[in-house]
Amino acid sequence: MAGSDRAAPAPTASPRPTARSAAPDAVKILIAGGFGVGKTTMVGSVSEIAPLRTEEPLTAAGLDIDDLAGIEEKRATTVALDFGRITITRDLVLYLFGTPGQQRFWFMWNDLAIGALGAVVLVDVRRPESSFAAIDFFERRGIPFVVGVNGFHGRHPYPAAEIREALALPDHVQVLLCDARERTSSRDVLIALIDQLIDAATGAAAS
Amino acid sequence: MTGGDAGGRLVRPFTLTGGRTRPSRADFTLITTVTACDPQPDRAARPQPEHLRILRLCARPVAVAEVAARLDLPVSVVVILLSDLVEADRITARPPHPVNLATPDLDLLQKVRDGLGRL
Ligand SMILES: Nc1nc2c(ncn2[C@@H]2O[C@H](COP(=O)(O)OP(=O)(O)OP(=O)(O)O)[C@@H](O)[C@H]2O)c(=O)[nH]1
Ligand SMILES: [Mg+2]
Repeated sequence: MAGSDRAAPAPTASPRPTARSAAPDAVKILIAGGFGVGKTTMVGSVSEIAPLRTEEPLTAAGLDIDDLAGIEEKRATTVALDFGRITITRDLVLYLFGTPGQQRFWFMWNDLAIGALGAVVLVDVRRPESSFAAIDFFERRGIPFVVGVNGFHGRHPYPAAEIREALALPDHVQVLLCDARERTSSRDVLIALIDQLIDAATGAAAS
Repeated sequence: MTGGDAGGRLVRPFTLTGGRTRPSRADFTLITTVTACDPQPDRAARPQPEHLRILRLCARPVAVAEVAARLDLPVSVVVILLSDLVEADRITARPPHPVNLATPDLDLLQKVRDGLGRL
């Protein structure tokens, strides 16, 4: 079962590849935003596998890692992390991590953000304020992000420009109207993030 | 060393690791890719059941987060088991592509861009 959806053996028969050379390179993008804005839905819609989930005991994820007794005794509160995978090429895989939405789990975001290419901040048009904190988080740390405006029930009552203004976003941050349930729509948000990264990189090189 | 692997595993995950809560190698990330060595080294010591489950999972390259999800174990526990396997020369671990926000890797970004475009 595990990974068997990518089980195609190398057609060019070289002698048994070493494990090291067979392993692909890996990058990740975070899908962030407030509680219930559609993060898990977006991960699931573009992932090539059904979204996977890990549950981490809070004690292990947080500060008290040495407090073994605590882990064994408490009916541990867990923080869930869901993620998906997109095989870019045979030797490059992109992982998408949906960040935990509840604010009390945000200590995990720091760890998650390390090594990420960037982030998608999802916004629910009906309550954009629930994603303010996520936008702040990435802005403060200088982590590149785009904003995906998830139109629940496919409805987009506000144009992107108006949402940009409401969120006080700088010009270089793209705002996209999307439907997190749609694979192509979610893919386009990811492409917009990569394009924004490429623009920033080439712009920086030019100046 | 590890207590029985039946029942109670999810409640007391650290019993699987002999009480250790830190990996002997701290270099695993969620997207470190692990792959079972082929062939496996000849060793007298048979791998523990949880180690065997991991070895089966990473017969093909797989990310640490995926191992944890498929075993239904916390990542913090899985990385300890993975370090055991690295030390026993049973798996190799490939760290993720290094990302430095100050010096973006254009080739990499273009590759990701092209790959997403093909979806
Ligand atoms: N109609 C509609 N429903 C959606 C859309 N996106 C998500 N939903 C639903 O909204 C609910 C919340 O979506 P999730 O993807 O679980 O949101 P989340 O951000 O992962 O939530 P937390 O992880 O709890 O913060 C689910 O019941 C989804 O099915 C959308 O675009 N349209
Ligand atoms: Mg979720």
